[in-house]
Amino acid sequence: MPLTARERMAIARQKMPERAPDVRNRDFHEVNLGYHQSLAALEADRCLQCKDSKCVGGCPVGIDIPGFLERVSAGDLKGAAELLLAANALPGITGRVCPQEEQCEQLCIRAKGKNGQPVAIGHLERFVADWARENLDIRQLVAPPTGYRVAVVGSGPAGLTCSGELARKGHDVTVFEALHQPGGVLTYGIPEFRLPNHIIDAEVDRLRQMGVKIVCNVVIGRTFTIDELLKEEGYDAVFVANGAGLPVFMNIPGENLKGVYSANEYLTRSNLMRAYEFPRFDTPIIRGERVAVVGGGNVAMDSVRTAKRLGAKEATLVYRRSRAEMPARVEEVHHAEDEGIVFELLCNPIRVLGSEDGWVRGLQCVRMELGEPDDSGRRRPVPIRGSEFVIDSDLVIMAIGTRANPLLTSTTPDLKLNKWGYIEVDEAGATSKPGVYAGGDIARGSATVILAMGDGKRAAASIDQYLRGRPPTSQR
Amino acid sequence: MFRILDARQLASDVKCFRIDAPLVARHRQPGQFVIIRLSETGERIPLTMANADRAAGTIELIVKAIGKTTRELCKKNAGDTISDVMGPLGNPTEIIKAAHAVLVGGGVGTAVIYPLAQTLRDGGSFVSAITGGRTRELVVLEAELRNVCDVVYACTDDGSYGFRGTVADKLRELIDPARRRRESSIAPERHANAGAACRPVEVVYCAGPVPMMKAIAELTRPAGIKTIVSLNPIMVDGTGMCGGCRVTIDGQAKFACVDGPEFDGHAVNFAELADRLTAYRVQEKLALDRMEHECDMAT
Ligand SMILES: Cc1cc2nc3c(=O)[nH]c(=O)nc-3n(C[C@H](O)[C@H](O)[C@H](O)COP(=O)(O)OP(=O)(O)OC[C@H]3O[C@@H](n4cnc5c(N)ncnc54)[C@H](O)[C@@H]3O)c2cc1C
Ligand SMILES: Cc1cc2nc3c(=O)[nH]c(=O)nc-3n(C[C@H](O)[C@H](O)[C@H](O)COP(=O)(O)OP(=O)(O)OC[C@H]3O[C@@H](n4cnc5c(N)ncnc54)[C@H](O)[C@@H]3O)c2cc1C
Ligand code: SF4
Ligand code: SF4
Ligand code: FES
Repeated sequence: MPLTARERMAIARQKMPERAPDVRNRDFHEVNLGYHQSLAALEADRCLQCKDSKCVGGCPVGIDIPGFLERVSAGDLKGAAELLLAANALPGITGRVCPQEEQCEQLCIRAKGKNGQPVAIGHLERFVADWARENLDIRQLVAPPTGYRVAVVGSGPAGLTCSGELARKGHDVTVFEALHQPGGVLTYGIPEFRLPNHIIDAEVDRLRQMGVKIVCNVVIGRTFTIDELLKEEGYDAVFVANGAGLPVFMNIPGENLKGVYSANEYLTRSNLMRAYEFPRFDTPIIRGERVAVVGGGNVAMDSVRTAKRLGAKEATLVYRRSRAEMPARVEEVHHAEDEGIVFELLCNPIRVLGSEDGWVRGLQCVRMELGEPDDSGRRRPVPIRGSEFVIDSDLVIMAIGTRANPLLTSTTPDLKLNKWGYIEVDEAGATSKPGVYAGGDIARGSATVILAMGDGKRAAASIDQYLRGRPPTSQR
Repeated sequence: MFRILDARQLASDVKCFRIDAPLVARHRQPGQFVIIRLSETGERIPLTMANADRAAGTIELIVKAIGKTTRELCKKNAGDTISDVMGPLGNPTEIIKAAHAVLVGGGVGTAVIYPLAQTLRDGGSFVSAITGGRTRELVVLEAELRNVCDVVYACTDDGSYGFRGTVADKLRELIDPARRRRESSIAPERHANAGAACRPVEVVYCAGPVPMMKAIAELTRPAGIKTIVSLNPIMVDGTGMCGGCRVTIDGQAKFACVDGPEFDGHAVNFAELADRLTAYRVQEKLALDRMEHECDMAT
């Protein structure tokens, strides 16, 4: 007997089981433990199976959400997984890191009203993906070889998604990655306690099984240029997905003191280089006792929670607006609070203070208040005169954003950029250069994993179409 | 995995490696470096390419053993492998054609200036090199430099070998106009270095410990001699992504891995660079002690 709508409405949102805050804030194991089967089925029962399912419109890749939820509640996990994977190649990743509260879950009919609680679509997506990784052979069927060769630059979510799609269609795909390990931000930026590396490894293995070649330690723009890939190396098309890896500093005095990191450096040392396991791993990291992290997004949240795990007695987040404007995922903000992170809101750094021997000793800040809305519609923070104060700190991490890294684009002069240095693309993902497509953060500015994946998928379709209209380079 | 094809000991703590890295070799230009990682647990460290053979697909690195990673590397021999070699990175050296170019190298820096010599000479410059160390054993690559330079001056602080004094003292002599006039009056055939001494120094390339580069830059500043220094900040990714290698040039932040590593020596904030290089002193010592302890256990 299917449940009635009233019965479904009576079920409360099932909480994600998580490790105790005072235990997890001392190690790097994943915070969320995941639903088990009965919890998942119960949560899936909450879905009203709306005819006009609004939730789907909030998902950038248009997953058939009621369809997969119905299968979860019926216990058909294989069916659920197949439906998910048809639209989204990396559900184990998006289920963990999508800002669901602004996407699918925000539009869920059950989010409406004062006490509305959307169906936990993200948690369920993660549940199905994890089950599938353990239990299903999710290898994709690969079409017979077409003879076309495509180079993909960067192995973040955009590059991985695009290469999977192209391989499935029978194209010969090579991914060039600058670092020694694939995954992009998923590997070097997002910490293990939020997104374990083995999930990315499994994805990369799956791509390799599909015939995708992943070549690390190659920097496009230095080792090869895009023109060389097309003219000398025999690639028929290129997908550029090198992310937006250029850290932004505040340009305030004292930023070059020892003990000031960009979030990129801090997280790269910790995640990619495993500095949290120093000296077993060789890369060192400065472990602060009192750490101040500047910013309010996911990057800041990841940094401040990493600092806590590396032993900080006090880990403080310094953000110039109020909580409502924080761009971080809501779940991470809650987790950070539970883990004992101090929030200094409406507070802006104006100078890093140093000791005589060149180390950071504090962060001088000024209190802010919210004034008139700015272009983004958010109320602009303005400093309160005479409110300067100092946060004692021995480590300061700047997590105030990234910009387009010019390393690749500066060596490809005919690639049209916008005024911020990002690559211009049309609706098909095509750049101004024939045969060259781009997507992810290098085309959008810092965005999200799922948008980067969507770009990868779209570009793969465009590249496929572009290729089929011409003979392969190898036969010309 | 990248295979070491050949390893030669150049001095007690300096080794030259020829490594199979065809993609890196193909586009390498003088002044560029690679970032290597020895193993899965290793750190990423930058090393200048002393040479590259496009046809053979090989690169050459000259490494001075100073800390854990460089010592571990210097224990390797032909047939051993290195997990990762990424590059070529950084900008090629700006080759200035000069009546007289002087290369100044100290310690590890000698490995950095060595590949420049040939290129400068090919470009038509008269090239002198000044290399130095505290005492005789610390003067490295002298023989190699002699093969590619017109003149080589070896200096030791204690006078145990070559010129007694620092590399800066030697450079001061070379750029001293009075001395030049004196030397040029000696018939060339009677004075081996007269060729160098007669020519005014037009450009100085320098790599080595920060205090040395600073001293050299201070020396050439009043004389208005263009001075290019190769900076050695701590690096991680080498692609401009982390900002850890930032240095201040003319009051502006630059990332040495993508904007450098070579800069106008008269514009560099050396004090800041020197200070930033000490950030991991405690951890570096710990890593070394631990390594030596493990070696003791093994024997
Ligand atoms: C710390 C952090 C936390 C985040 N948290 C979230 C989150 O919770 N949810 C969410 O949706 N989004 C999050 N984001 C944003 C999200 O990770 C990015 O939007 C997404 O990764 C962009 O994907 P991409 O494929 O465009 O590029 P990236 O993931 O940046 O990957 C680009 C890859 O290209 C490589 N590369 C760069 N230049 C070259 C070159 N010249 N040659 C070869 N390879 C090159 C890089 O090394 C990298 O591996 C977070 C970002 C950070 C930094
Ligand atoms: C562009 C560039 C080119 C270089 N070329 C050469 C070369 O051709 N031959 C050579 O022998 N050396 C070269 N070096 C220096 C070499 O990178 C360091 O000696 C090496 O990183 C030391 O590592 P370690 O573990 O052996 O010693 P550690 O004990 O870890 O460090 C010793 C000192 O080396 C510096 N250092 C440490 N880690 C790094 C890092 N990741 N990046 C840069 N510096 C670091 C610090 O000043 C430190 O105090 C170069 C450095 C740069 C930046
Ligand atoms: S991919 Fe993201 S937006 Fe789409 S359903 Fe999954 S969690 Fe929601
Ligand atoms: S909007 Fe909510 S309740 Fe309706 S189908 Fe989507 S998930 Fe289910
Ligand atoms: S080494 Fe990371 S930006 Fe230069």
